[in-house]
Amino acid sequence: MKFIKNIFDSVRPNFEKGGKLEKYWPVLDGFETLMFVPGHATSKGSHIRDGIDLKRTMVTVILALLPCLLFGMYNTGYQHFVAVGQEATFMEMFLYGALKVLPIVIVSYGVGLGIEFLFCIKNGHSIQEGFLVSGMLIPLIMPVEVPLWMVAVATAFAVVFGKEVFGGTGMNILNPALTARAFLFFAYPTKMSGNSVWVSTDGIQTVDGFTGATALGNAVEQGMAGIPPYMDAIIGTIPGSIGETSVLACILGAILLIYSGIGSWRVMLSMLIGGYVMGMLFNAWGANSYMEIPAHHQLMLGGFFFGMVFMATDPVSASQTNTGKWIYGFFCGLLGIMIRVFNPAYPEGIMMAILFMNVMAPMIDHYVIQGNINKRLKRVKAVA
Amino acid sequence: MAEAVAVEEKEPLFSKKNRQLLKDPLDDHNPITIQVLGICSALAITTQVKNAVVMTISVMFVMMAGNVIVSLMRNGIPDRIRIIVQLVIVAALVILVDQVLKAFVYDVSKQLSVFVGLIITNCIIMGRLEAFALANKPWPSLLDGFGNAIGYGWVLVAVAVVREIFGAGKLFGIQIIPDAFYDIGYMNNNMVILPPMALIIVGIIIWIQRSKNTALIESH
Repeated sequence: MKFIKNIFDSVRPNFEKGGKLEKYWPVLDGFETLMFVPGHATSKGSHIRDGIDLKRTMVTVILALLPCLLFGMYNTGYQHFVAVGQEATFMEMFLYGALKVLPIVIVSYGVGLGIEFLFCIKNGHSIQEGFLVSGMLIPLIMPVEVPLWMVAVATAFAVVFGKEVFGGTGMNILNPALTARAFLFFAYPTKMSGNSVWVSTDGIQTVDGFTGATALGNAVEQGMAGIPPYMDAIIGTIPGSIGETSVLACILGAILLIYSGIGSWRVMLSMLIGGYVMGMLFNAWGANSYMEIPAHHQLMLGGFFFGMVFMATDPVSASQTNTGKWIYGFFCGLLGIMIRVFNPAYPEGIMMAILFMNVMAPMIDHYVIQGNINKRLKRVKAVA
Repeated sequence: MAEAVAVEEKEPLFSKKNRQLLKDPLDDHNPITIQVLGICSALAITTQVKNAVVMTISVMFVMMAGNVIVSLMRNGIPDRIRIIVQLVIVAALVILVDQVLKAFVYDVSKQLSVFVGLIITNCIIMGRLEAFALANKPWPSLLDGFGNAIGYGWVLVAVAVVREIFGAGKLFGIQIIPDAFYDIGYMNNNMVILPPMALIIVGIIIWIQRSKNTALIESH
């Protein structure tokens, strides 16, 4: 570690005020704070600093995402070998999946961080670590067969229009990762939905009866008969976007997020309730076979859990007030299941619901705060 | 007083003031990017450059003719009913445009559909009639109408060029992205065809414009 520090110390004069590379100070700063705990001391105002800065927050979320990533790699391989009807060991499946998934991760990080660096250098900001999580989330919500250039275009769009135009990290209205996915969903629907993108076959002849459809795609057509068994859906050995299939991996992540206090349990719980309520309503209605899928089973399919744990809880784009979080989460779940069932053309209703509620979150907060002010005003007047 | 009138009569056709009328709407007072008027048509009909050009010409005709007519009548229009008078004039001109389009470029007319009729309610036209033609002589009004139509038109065409190239791989209906690109996996972007992306493209134009023209940036 010492020698890395020496390198930083030796090049720093070039980047400081008056140095040759003064303009690129944010780059050095970014790399240095990535390697070492920043030595910045508070000079005025509050002197109490929490040890948990933005970087550690982001790293915790990345840790929480690891189960999803690793399982996603395994599942990519598993789906491939099932589809082509070959036997394979666990390691073969995992390695196959890793080779498919890693390029997407690299492209996502490369493009996203590149753009973020550019904006920071241009504006003279220090580099924020906001993209660390988005860069990991983006690959996990892509179909495995998505072309890499599309990932690059979507990432660029999400970083520039989801984040930088609003002022960068911490100022975004929409969740950048979901913005990237929504962009691709509308821009290149043939590569983001349908039956041919979820399982990589490498052009090998598939076994009879293989469709490559996701659980939700099947549910639209066949209802209960088309969806995978309950346990498969929970473990996640079903086709879908890379990291979203396993409820178990998502729950592992959720435990870490809730334990460390980074993800809001209020959002997660209320979203679960919202989705469940909507599922029950559809059960009671039962107008078609899709609606008859039991609510608890419905929630295990598609991206519901992934969206609930990692997307809806985004501390920037979610509601800020506690009451607001309950409302926000509840409607994320409610609308997610509603869109999914009502409009089979949008199987991933969770994405739409969370983006929609991201937009609504400031309004929810506004009314929560106003309500609180009015309540307290009344109390003051009652006393006076 | 007599002297002042004499000076005005001597004013050349393209005096500095009149040139300003033509130049202002292109950048500093652009109807779309600065005043944010006429957005609906800018989002709706810019999927093809051809439609955008036809729309621009239609708006240009209505705006110039409307401006001149209102300017000629400006001393005779009672203040209380001036909006109705303006509407009648604009509506008559739009019906003319509509009939001409239907007669000569039927396919474009079909694609523009309701948006030809909606030129009547295009805020830019009413805005220019109210703000300029009612208080100015015919010649400056004509220039003002022309300038604003061009200011409206260049944004429309710019948006349409981006949308047609990335949405359909074409320009004026001619394919310009080679087949080789499609063979190696390039695909047309459906999002660009949807209105939200048109709004984002207008946003990018505003972004570029403001980064070049710093006088436009608000101080707060």
